[in-house]
Formats: sequence, C-alpha cells, structure tokens
Amino acid sequence: MDRVSVIVSHGSLEGVYPALIMANGARMEGIEVSLFFTFFGLEPIIERRMDHLQVATVGNPAMHIPTLIGMLPGFPTLVTSMMKKEMEKLDIPPVREFLQMIHDAGAEIYACKASVDMFHFKKQDFWSGVDDIISVGEFYEKAADGQIVFT
Amino acid sequence: METLEILGKHLAVDKDGNLVNRADWNEEIARAIAAQEGIGELTDRHWAVIRAMQKAFDRDGDAPSIRRLTNESGVDVKTLYQLFPKGPAKKAAKIAGLPKPKGCI
Repeated sequence: MDRVSVIVSHGSLEGVYPALIMANGARMEGIEVSLFFTFFGLEPIIERRMDHLQVATVGNPAMHIPTLIGMLPGFPTLVTSMMKKEMEKLDIPPVREFLQMIHDAGAEIYACKASVDMFHFKKQDFWSGVDDIISVGEFYEKAADGQIVFT
Repeated sequence: METLEILGKHLAVDKDGNLVNRADWNEEIARAIAAQEGIGELTDRHWAVIRAMQKAFDRDGDAPSIRRLTNESGVDVKTLYQLFPKGPAKKAAKIAGLPKPKGCI
C-alpha cells in the first residue's frame, strides 16, 4: 500500500485518536498519508478548541456507567483527564503535539469545505498546520489509487 | 531460519528481515544494510539516531518508535523522516541490527 487517506468525522477525544494513531502509524510504515477533517471532526484542527477535546461520557455503552452519572457536571472532564494520563503512559501525545508530529512526518492535513461553510469557520480559526480547505472532489483526487479509512 | 547475504556472509534474520543476532552487527554491516534499504551514505546524524536506538533497546528491551526516538536521539520528527524516508523507526532499527519497534506511536 502506497497511500492512505484518513477521514475524521468525530470531535470527541476518543473519536479523534484512532484516526491520528492510524495516520501516524501509516507514516511510520513509509505510507503516504492525508487527513481529511469533516463535520464535528473539525474540532481537533480548530485552534481554540484542539486543546480542549473531551471524552463523550453519554450515549456510549462501552463506558459502562449509567447515562445519569455521565451527565453529572464535571464528569466528562474527570474521565478525559484519566484517559489523557493513561495515554501519556503509552507515549501517546496530546492532540496538538500529535497533529504536529504527523504533519512533520509529511502527512497532509485538510479541512472539508462543506463543513467549514456549514459551521461558518474562517481560515484564521484553524490550527496553522492545516494545509488547505478542500472540496470532497479535491479530496477524492488526492486519495486516488490509495486506500480510504473513515473514522 | 531465513538469512540475508551481507558482505558475503549469510546472517540470520527475522520475518521483517532484521538481524536476529546482535553479535553479527558492526558498523560495516550497518552501512551495507543502509545501502540495501536505499538510505545511502550514513552521516553523523544517521549514526546519532542508530546509537540512540541501540542504547534505548539495551535499556528497555524494545526499539523506540517515533515519539520516543525523537526524545532519545534529540533529532526532530521532520529530520528523522529526511534521514530515513520510508519510516525512520523501522529503518533505523533494521540498520541498528535490532528488531522492528513494537510501539504504535
């Protein structure tokens, strides 16, 4: 495999990390990578939000906690900080550092134009590592002849 | 056991093609593996990464993957990919005579 294009469509911490790990892992294997952030998946590349992603504690049966507990004020913050500690132990960096690492490794980082327009974001709202805001057509052009991973 | 012919010797390698016996490794072998892997001439910076990798392996029992390799070697991610374009951790481990790093990051 020479090229993989990873689509990120979720904005929760646990929704973003699998994509970043897949993208970084691909670069480590010498595979060309592009990341395409769409819908709520824009969160990790919005400058003012990327350091504040949280784990979704409601509507996730795999959390094994009752929804009413997951709703308590401060609970998502607590779970998020616990998960971040566990990830640091495994050498998994915070979102900003991880994205920088992936970008420095040569991966291309794109925001989905339709989502950017829908959420009324401007170019200056984005983290500086974002290479461009592109349409879905341009995404497919860049992804041509490679694999596409949707997360 | 698979073997790889390097400098006229048949050396035992694992399924990834990495040397099995560290005792088989020396700088001359490293240069020959680098040439086979398309890395070309090994510069001082390549050697810094290779040495850091061996040091970390001897200490931890696993070759460091990218994030730890930047910390261990003091070489940043961009430069690592310039030095070893097709996967720095994997290629540097092979040239260092170590197994492929197990870490995901």
